[in-house]
Amino acid sequence: MCLAVPGRIETITGTDPLERRGRVEFGGVRREVQLAFVPEAEAGDWVLVHVGFAIARIDEDEAERVLSALSAVEAAS
Amino acid sequence: MKFVDEYRDGELAERLTRRIARLQTRPWTIMEVCGGQTHAIVRFGLDRLLPDGIELVHGPGCPVCVTPIEVIDRALEIAARPDVVLCTFGDMARVPGTHSDLLTCKAEGADVRIVYSPLDAVGIAQAHPEREVVFLAVGFETTAPPTAHAVLQARRLSLSNFSLLVSHVLVPAAMEVILAAPDNRVQGFLAAGHVCAITGYEDYDAVARAHRVPIVVTGFEPVDVLEGVAMCVEQLESGRCEVDNQYRRIVRREGNRAAQAAVEEVFMVTERRWRGIGDLPESGLAVRPAFAQFDAEARFGPVVCSPEAETPCIAGEILRGRARPDACPAFGAECTPESPLGAPMVSSEGACAAYLRYRGSAA
Amino acid sequence: MSDPRRLLDCPVPQPPRRILLGHGGGGALTHALLESVFRPAFSNRHLDAGHDGAVFEVPAGRLALTTDSYVVRPIEFPGGDIGRLSVCGTVNDLAMCGARPLHLSAGFILEEGLDTGLLARLVNSMGETARALGVEIVTGDTKVVDRGAGDGVFVNTAGIGLVEHALEIGPRSVRPGDAVLLSGDVGQHGAAIMAARDSLGLDADLVSDCAPLWEPVAALLAAGIAVHCLRDLTRGGLATGLVEIARDGGVAIAADERAIPVSDPVHALCELLGLDPLYVANEGRFLCVLPEADAQEALSILRSFDVSAAAVQIGQVVTGPVRATLRSAIGGERVIHLQSGEQLPRIC
Repeated sequence: MCLAVPGRIETITGTDPLERRGRVEFGGVRREVQLAFVPEAEAGDWVLVHVGFAIARIDEDEAERVLSALSAVEAAS
Repeated sequence: MKFVDEYRDGELAERLTRRIARLQTRPWTIMEVCGGQTHAIVRFGLDRLLPDGIELVHGPGCPVCVTPIEVIDRALEIAARPDVVLCTFGDMARVPGTHSDLLTCKAEGADVRIVYSPLDAVGIAQAHPEREVVFLAVGFETTAPPTAHAVLQARRLSLSNFSLLVSHVLVPAAMEVILAAPDNRVQGFLAAGHVCAITGYEDYDAVARAHRVPIVVTGFEPVDVLEGVAMCVEQLESGRCEVDNQYRRIVRREGNRAAQAAVEEVFMVTERRWRGIGDLPESGLAVRPAFAQFDAEARFGPVVCSPEAETPCIAGEILRGRARPDACPAFGAECTPESPLGAPMVSSEGACAAYLRYRGSAA
Repeated sequence: MSDPRRLLDCPVPQPPRRILLGHGGGGALTHALLESVFRPAFSNRHLDAGHDGAVFEVPAGRLALTTDSYVVRPIEFPGGDIGRLSVCGTVNDLAMCGARPLHLSAGFILEEGLDTGLLARLVNSMGETARALGVEIVTGDTKVVDRGAGDGVFVNTAGIGLVEHALEIGPRSVRPGDAVLLSGDVGQHGAAIMAARDSLGLDADLVSDCAPLWEPVAALLAAGIAVHCLRDLTRGGLATGLVEIARDGGVAIAADERAIPVSDPVHALCELLGLDPLYVANEGRFLCVLPEADAQEALSILRSFDVSAAAVQIGQVVTGPVRATLRSAIGGERVIHLQSGEQLPRIC
């Protein structure tokens, strides 16, 4: 369950943390997304979106690190 | 698509399956809890890529499948009222109640609307003060915070025509019932990554210790699932039973505090009926009395669940991972998505539907 | 329409802004509608003669006949409208028989209250699309139903085409060893329609692929390629096309997901809504099954036309049980099935 899709925040509107909304871009498709659950997110960040809400910020460094680790370790063995 | 396509890379997947094959020395039975993981496994044929001896068992992580028939019947009754707009996610539209389903109800003239977000339902309520808008709130812990936020938003807007028919369920209760069964064969778990994005995984330590099973918080793409399996097998082979996090780019140990706070404010934990399984304590959410005006059960009457009728559908066995869909005598025969005997065949996340769609009736 | 003599004679001097029940009644209102909206858009010698039917000569040989009804919503969408769709769809069905489109008929069921400006746009779009193909709409009909009984406009078009080759084009001609070609990327039409529905709140660079397919097909036939089967992809998408050919041909088709082109925005929209792009509707794409030996030549011919510039081979007809299978990007194989009902956006 819980179909959630990664997207990049283009712009943010609203100052009240509960009403902050972002225009999020998903590979050519854009939608307004509620940012109430990711108060630390800023424009340019990647977030995971479920039913119109960002539920987590994506840790890009972690993602990069893990993918490289997976490729490197396996190639070496 | 960034953060999606990289995790569908065939070469990475192959490397992970080789790693699993090297690690494995004995047969292991691992359950993936989440319907989204089931979907990925069957769609990409992941279980067929795994070495023989690693058995992936599908769990009850399909909130649509476990929604009691009485909730669907109540949704249909409410939808039939001329003053009501019944909003639902697409997933619930075809699930059969006792006599009908929401799409058929819509065809008969009811105002049933499929929405992408609970906030769309609030928007409809705001735009149509003369109508009663009821949102069928289904889903696990991932979807509860958006629903809670929708209620808070409705309160901020002073709406008096918006309410929820709640059918939110909680994953740990399902894991407990599976692990507590005397004939439980599940030796390791792939925990639901998006649920854990919200709840965190601090509570799983106790489950892992008590039942001596490794639990790996796992994502949804093929590389995620395979990496989760690899991490689980590694623990099983070395006799460890700890909680580990494969989905590190998304999930933090403490989860999402802001989302948890919204849920805590609007909902309380209750016992809930799981279709096909039974009544599980502390397994679902209900609207707190302070928000009663947004509770469809307060407006339209409580949903009362009767003892489940005898049925040829073996959904309970399937949801608990005790039977595979293709072992059911009705699978693909009397029971198909067009004429389903139970929810797992009609839900997009249901194990039966996934098997039939991607495997066919001859598995 | 603005001829001053008409304004003086006609009892209804100006076209009303909305369609009324009377417009379907066959009387003065109907005639006024024909004169002001349909004739200017479709004008040709047959239609202008005003008979109940069109009579025309055809060369000896085989004819193809097809019909389709169009009920799309929204009526106007990025990349087209129901009018253009109704011409392309029927012309494409003829093309899939290897038939050169000759004439079309057009029947309209209009909902009372439909904006006549919208109707005029759709009808003009039909006329332009047909003219660009050298095809005439030679006969037609209009009815009006009560408000609430129709979805704005329903259009039916039937088409007659000339079969100028001796091939038997259809699933039964498909043989193990044949190559399966796809003319371009999938899911554009369905995705554009979904994105255009306000209720989902999406803003996307998505345009329907609605387009006529006769030119590339004609070129294949003119080159003497022994085409076995053609199938345009519509509702139900690529997956349905493959399953149907397999079933109707009694063969096994093995396709490779890695070869199937999907544009970024279609991919993104499908991920967002939980849809499988292989089942999303197309209106300007087709499958071509032909002997493996002709595949390369056919691909170069297809690639020389804009509408099939991205043509690729996506699979083969193999020996085995009757079904269509897909090898996934990851390496697993799955059986492709017909979907039951429309794909609905999901959250799970």
